[in-house]
Amino acid sequence: MTGRKKKILIAKPGLDGHDVGAKVVVRALMDAGYEVIYTGLRQTPEAIAGKARDENVDVIGLSILSGSHLPLCQKTAKLLREYQMTDRMWLVGGNIPEKDRQALAEMGFKGVFPTASKLSDIVSYIRENLP
Amino acid sequence: MSKAQSVKPHKDKPVRPVINESGIEIKTLYTAQDVVASGGIDASLPGELPFTRGIHPEMYRRRPWTMRQYTGFANAAETNERFHYLIANGQTGLNVAFDLATQCGYDSDAPEAYGEVGRVGMAVDSLRDFEIAFDGIDLENITVSLTINGTAAILIAMFLAMAEKRGYDVAKLRGTAQNDILKEFIGRGTWIFPVEASVKLVTDTIEYCAHHAPKYSPVSVCGYHIRESGATPAEEIGYAFAIAKAYTDRALSRGLDIDEFAGRLSFNLNIYGNLFEQVAKFRAARRHWAKIIADEYHAKKPDSGWLRMIAGGGGFGLTIEQPENNIMRGAYYALVAALSGAQTMALCCYDEAYTIPTPKAQRISLRTMQLLIEEIGLCDTVDPLGGSYYIETLTNQMEDKIVETMKWVDDQGGVVKAVSEGIIQSKVSAHAYERQKDLESGKIRKVGVNCYVEEEKEDLKVELHPYDQAGAEKQIASLKKLRAERNAAEVERCLKELRADAQANRNVMPALVAAVKAYATVGEMTNVLVDVFGRYKEPIRFSL
Repeated sequence: MTGRKKKILIAKPGLDGHDVGAKVVVRALMDAGYEVIYTGLRQTPEAIAGKARDENVDVIGLSILSGSHLPLCQKTAKLLREYQMTDRMWLVGGNIPEKDRQALAEMGFKGVFPTASKLSDIVSYIRENLP
Repeated sequence: MSKAQSVKPHKDKPVRPVINESGIEIKTLYTAQDVVASGGIDASLPGELPFTRGIHPEMYRRRPWTMRQYTGFANAAETNERFHYLIANGQTGLNVAFDLATQCGYDSDAPEAYGEVGRVGMAVDSLRDFEIAFDGIDLENITVSLTINGTAAILIAMFLAMAEKRGYDVAKLRGTAQNDILKEFIGRGTWIFPVEASVKLVTDTIEYCAHHAPKYSPVSVCGYHIRESGATPAEEIGYAFAIAKAYTDRALSRGLDIDEFAGRLSFNLNIYGNLFEQVAKFRAARRHWAKIIADEYHAKKPDSGWLRMIAGGGGFGLTIEQPENNIMRGAYYALVAALSGAQTMALCCYDEAYTIPTPKAQRISLRTMQLLIEEIGLCDTVDPLGGSYYIETLTNQMEDKIVETMKWVDDQGGVVKAVSEGIIQSKVSAHAYERQKDLESGKIRKVGVNCYVEEEKEDLKVELHPYDQAGAEKQIASLKKLRAERNAAEVERCLKELRADAQANRNVMPALVAAVKAYATVGEMTNVLVDVFGRYKEPIRFSL
């Protein structure tokens, strides 16, 4: 990595309170040398997309375990497109069935990390795919 | 080859060191000397202070543990149906799951509730939903535990109002609310109001119940979720006791006597991990809580110091890989709870790592507990592991570790301050990170995950309970109908009173009970309280 540290936003949209995974991912990404911003719980898609734009982040990662990933990703993606952040990396992790991967990819969430994903897989995915 | 010859070469090689999760080094063998060196055996009998061996003299011989599977989904009517199914299958208590909108204080038609109505639990907007959910349930013989925190004061008011309407004497009504908001800030996350206001509401419920519903347990202090979030077994108890003491101090400051409410405090604790460490944890916890209540709070009634507990779950121990293994894990976890003298048990179902349990999975959990009672002899004698050199030594050592954690919390300025500043959250999540790294490196062994994995890559079976959009719309339609039919002026008056009481820092429970009876909604009451108290702002902290 040259130049400025790459910036990653990890966000918890919706009412889901499960934050063990999101916080663990934040720590792993910090250890991997990234600058990480964590939103905390209960964020609206508006707040998340706004933060991503204001902080000009390179990666946006959503963590959703309640099962509401499709509507929440849809809303966030719409706003991120409005803010012209389609050239950034969009990720989503949590309790996500395999059958939803396609729909999420079509929305722009190319990296999907369901329950049981490894930290090392998340870190290497970002390393390999971040321009 | 003789036996002696085959053993000999191994003797030169030291055995692998073992340190349990709480940080205690485990010896290959324990003798009477270890028990003495660690502080000796507590000679008290079960039912005698400090209750190391159990809070009742005859324990399960008199009455097996209550079986209380966590249940609730969609709406009140569907949940009611599942309640009746579980009771018909021998379940002896209810443990109600609420959807996230209810838990976070939103009505089903609020924009924040979109996509969440009835998803992870039952949707509740008003007293009407409680009337439907508990229809036909005998509240004298089936005790109900409400897994609710942020809006607990409202739902307790609702439960008491529902019971009263059905003709039960509230003064004799039993039941439990989780209502442990301090742990929500550490793990689980269904907080609403700032820390101080949240603790005030918990104290309001304790004070109100002590006067009006003295058999009702308004708080179940949860080490459980803190453990799930990354704490060790000893820390789980240490944090839970620090939290329980905080509520106790607040209740005392309202002028209550310790003996008026301490006996109704209960605990919700976790059962996954090393069997012996867990059993020792529960024995040590029981003893230490009794000491705290007797020595620090000078309770006169012995049952004020009872550590009454639901021991259950173990969700973190379950895996999405080879999910059938979770059935075995559940059985061992149930064994832990039974060997530990828990009053109530609830098991995570084998499919719970990835979905809301099916009726079949719930029946397997129920049968697991029934097997222990009927076939395996777990209810025959009290504290069957008592007297084991290993268990007695470990009990003493675990108590020392619990004290260590409580001291650490005190050094941070107490649990309310440590939670407000995000200190405990950071410590717990740092540990979760270490735990995850150890799982990925194989330092912590996990069957089906980092050892004995399937040769062929498994298709991980994440299945979501399908979201019932039509059901959500039905819930919203009933809510709108309710709003149109109820006495609007009465609701208005009750909400005004609630606001006045909150502003004047009076106990809000009487106003909540009145508002609930007028069919004010969860969202309306929460909004009034948010207006007065504000909303919690989460401290983001990744260092100590």
